[in-house]
Amino acid sequence: MIDPHLRHVPRLGKHPSRFRLAGTPIVTVLIGSMATALPVIAQSPVMPQFGLLLLLSWRLLRPEMWRPWVGVPLGLFDDMLSGQPIGSAMCLWTIALIGIDAIEHRLVWRSYRQDWLIACLAIIICSVVGWFFARITGGGNVSFWLITPQMVWTILLFPFVVRQCARIDRWRVMA
Amino acid sequence: MARPPSRRPGVNRKAQYSLFASYVAALTGAAVGLLLVAIAIFDPTGFVALRTLTAELTRPASSGLRNMMSGIGSVDEVLAAYWRAGSQNIALRRQVEAERNRVIEAKAIAQENMRLKKLLKLVDDDQSDLLTARLISSSSSSARRFARLNAGRWQGVRTGMPVRAAEGLVGRVYSTTPNTADVLLLTDTANIVPVRRANDSVPAISTGAGDGSVEIRALSAGRNPFQPGDLLVTSGVGGIYQPNIPVAVVVRIQGEVAWGFPLANPSRIDAVVVERAFEEVVTRSDAAGPASGGGQPPAVDASAP
Repeated sequence: MIDPHLRHVPRLGKHPSRFRLAGTPIVTVLIGSMATALPVIAQSPVMPQFGLLLLLSWRLLRPEMWRPWVGVPLGLFDDMLSGQPIGSAMCLWTIALIGIDAIEHRLVWRSYRQDWLIACLAIIICSVVGWFFARITGGGNVSFWLITPQMVWTILLFPFVVRQCARIDRWRVMA
Repeated sequence: MARPPSRRPGVNRKAQYSLFASYVAALTGAAVGLLLVAIAIFDPTGFVALRTLTAELTRPASSGLRNMMSGIGSVDEVLAAYWRAGSQNIALRRQVEAERNRVIEAKAIAQENMRLKKLLKLVDDDQSDLLTARLISSSSSSARRFARLNAGRWQGVRTGMPVRAAEGLVGRVYSTTPNTADVLLLTDTANIVPVRRANDSVPAISTGAGDGSVEIRALSAGRNPFQPGDLLVTSGVGGIYQPNIPVAVVVRIQGEVAWGFPLANPSRIDAVVVERAFEEVVTRSDAAGPASGGGQPPAVDASAP
């Protein structure tokens, strides 16, 4: 190997495996959901929702890759780890994906900024409704201001995560 | 970026049906999710068994990382200890001198206490401690406050058992899987603990606020009896928590509500103790005396009041 950077250049007659093509995005979202397994005993919801961020990043980067039902199994996995009532992310993520589909049909010209705006909307809706679900199932009075820092961090983290997704995507499609 | 290639499949019937079916599947899934949440309103722990798989899968990673992290978490404390170390050292030494007499007195009182209890033939063998384990992770992205314990059903942990640390109460067990258990922390909004003021037994209720503090409401009518600095301990009412476990210290008064901070900070404590429910311990010792017939009477006793 003359130049180490040449490793990722596609070569004639070579294709990435099907698992790499289809599985990489799924695995990254699952790993994002598993961020709550980190040994942090939090006193308030401080961890950004990495699973949701990665789902939105992949969806907005590669609109043709997933059908909206992919939110059901991925959301279920996130619910199993996050501590939210089971079914919460399952419902919200799928609705977010369907909503993005609907927006995409109408929006003619879309760039990075519109992507961020769409993700911003999706994150706000998922956080607020997720907070509502936690409140009605848990009892007690969870203050709304408790989730606002998490919401802001998640929105601000989107550009970074989408870039990392693009980097992984480049590796994914090149044999 | 121009709009992505349209998803409309044109005249291809098969592709049309496939697209339609995908939306039907997605909407059905979302509806099922909503239904599960609706069920959770009435039965919060109903589908918690689904968490078994992920809890067991992530347990080794979490506990391994926890072992590595336990040193890093207190770096700020170590650094802060160097600030004014000399004057602090002198002050602490004086304090130790002053406390020494107190300790000797306390030891004498404890001995006397033991002697008097023997005279009264009170049985005070502490069967409450079940095991010691570590908190390995938590619901850090959710508005609910759960922590995951590195011990579960196979180790004898059962739903409802109180969890405490040396510093004070941590919470109670909410659900169990074979090797892990979810602990509902003291600061969760669903966790209500009957407490009393340590020095004069003013009864109160402590409810979590979800942000690391607890809300304390006195049970007596009239003005708020609490002052900042008051120490609260469990009262033993309700039959879950042992009496006299330290719970929180009052920091702020706001009308009828006092705000407190838990004495045991779950992010700093190293190990927690899972205890048997107070009522279980009490009824068991009762059953050992008069009714030594079988295993059934204690359960009847427990449900009688």
